[in-house]
Amino acid sequence: MDLIIQSLPFLLDGVLQTLKVTLIAVALGCILGLCGGMGRLSKNRFAHALATCYVDFVRGTPLLVQLFIVYFGLPPLIQQFKVFLEASFALGPFSSTSHIPPFIAAVVACSINSGAYVSEIFRAGIQSIEKGQSEAALSLGMTQSQAMRHIILPQAFRRVVPPLGNEFIAMLKDTSLLSCIGYAELTRQGQLIIGSTFRSFEIWFSVALLYLIMTLGISRLVDFTERRLGINGHHQS
Amino acid sequence: MAIIKVRNLVKNFGDLQVLRGINLDVEEGEKLVIIGPSGSGKSTLLRCLNILEEPTGGSIEFAGVNITDPQADLPKIREEIGMVFQSFNLFPHKNVTENIVLAPLIVKKSDRPAAQDIALSLLKKVGLSDKAENYPAELSGGQQQRVAIARALAMQPRVMLFDEPTSALDPEMVGEVLEVMGDLAREGMTMVVVTHEMKFAQEIGDRVIFMDEGLIIEEGTPQQLFTEPVNKRTRSFLTRVMQ
Ligand SMILES: Nc1ncnc2c1ncn2[C@@H]1O[C@H](COP(=O)(O)OP(=O)(O)O)[C@@H](O)[C@H]1O
Ligand SMILES: [Mg+2]
Repeated sequence: MDLIIQSLPFLLDGVLQTLKVTLIAVALGCILGLCGGMGRLSKNRFAHALATCYVDFVRGTPLLVQLFIVYFGLPPLIQQFKVFLEASFALGPFSSTSHIPPFIAAVVACSINSGAYVSEIFRAGIQSIEKGQSEAALSLGMTQSQAMRHIILPQAFRRVVPPLGNEFIAMLKDTSLLSCIGYAELTRQGQLIIGSTFRSFEIWFSVALLYLIMTLGISRLVDFTERRLGINGHHQS
Repeated sequence: MAIIKVRNLVKNFGDLQVLRGINLDVEEGEKLVIIGPSGSGKSTLLRCLNILEEPTGGSIEFAGVNITDPQADLPKIREEIGMVFQSFNLFPHKNVTENIVLAPLIVKKSDRPAAQDIALSLLKKVGLSDKAENYPAELSGGQQQRVAIARALAMQPRVMLFDEPTSALDPEMVGEVLEVMGDLAREGMTMVVVTHEMKFAQEIGDRVIFMDEGLIIEEGTPQQLFTEPVNKRTRSFLTRVMQ
């Protein structure tokens, strides 16, 4: 018990970091996802192809590998780019390290990852709105984008709340992978504590419990939002 | 003068020829009724009139403007052509008043008090003043369709298109919708109505056309078409629906 109490501040700090990265990643993911989802539905061939490549690449490769690409793969590339700028345009000098801080790498990789899944959620949400809705809007003289903004998206947003909640929970659990680049989220904190106390079972169990509390909390929040938006109420026909 | 002129209109869905050369004029103030068996292309014809379906061939003129021209300003044209759908298509996330004022606000940039006044008077006209704050899902089918008519009228269109407006309704609600449409007809609105309500067609129709397999087979006054149809297909269709 003493052990848990002593470790608790570290674990709670990990909880905070986990929530922070997850929130930022899903928020940025929603922006990327709205673009991605619209791109997937676009009649513009280029936008469609771009969005499809993005979604397929991200969903078809492991988050851990994406994380390594950003954290380990990008710095040498950035380094070469700096050398190129210095040599070709006499720009610089730049600071010599091209190291990306773990937090930035974490946010970038997780946002890009989340954005792909959210793209598909938005695409499905938009497609689930009956064709008659946009036809009614167009027949009243609205442009395509007015119909999208005032009629389709508001209805689609209500329908995507539950899958977005699932994505949030999935992302939150996936942030445990950030321990691999040394980012001090919950799992990493657990590893560190065990490194000095050697009490695997108690610590991992506490870590699991903290994840559970977070995911259950999010589920409740999603249920609440769903009810507030009247998804099961009379605002939805 | 004809407000709508359809010339040699053709519409294909892939290999399927749905409209195979339609010629049609609709006069200002005219009430045109379109009848015909299911699948004959009535909805497609109506939906071509405001380019919800893009015609494959031929031309359509609305108020002197060629609306089949790729350069045509479709939103501007559609403002003047109201449409009422079989399935109502009210906006479920907006209450009745918001359904009606939305398009005037964002398309016509009307100011809210004026739009709201118009909405209230339209609701009175369709007999739903007490439902202004309700959501569509709280209304019966007949009430929803009357709101849909009010919503279309709020744009002050020059023509109203009705695609089987009572077909999705329980029988006891058909009357209330036809009544609203009858009022509109008597006010002089130009109307193109696809319907199977023969009694209504006879009462308000200036002209009836019978469509089959993507063609206009026969046309005439309701009196002519219903009592002494010339074409065999018209006759057999009428005996089927009249019984
Ligand atoms: N969007 C579409 N894609 C493919 N076929 C269609 C589409 N809309 C209508 N059709 C076909 O066109 C034909 C005519 O349909 P429609 O105009 O709805 O007939 P009606 O309203 O007279 O019953 C039908 O065979 C129908 O299946
Ligand atoms: Mg039809």
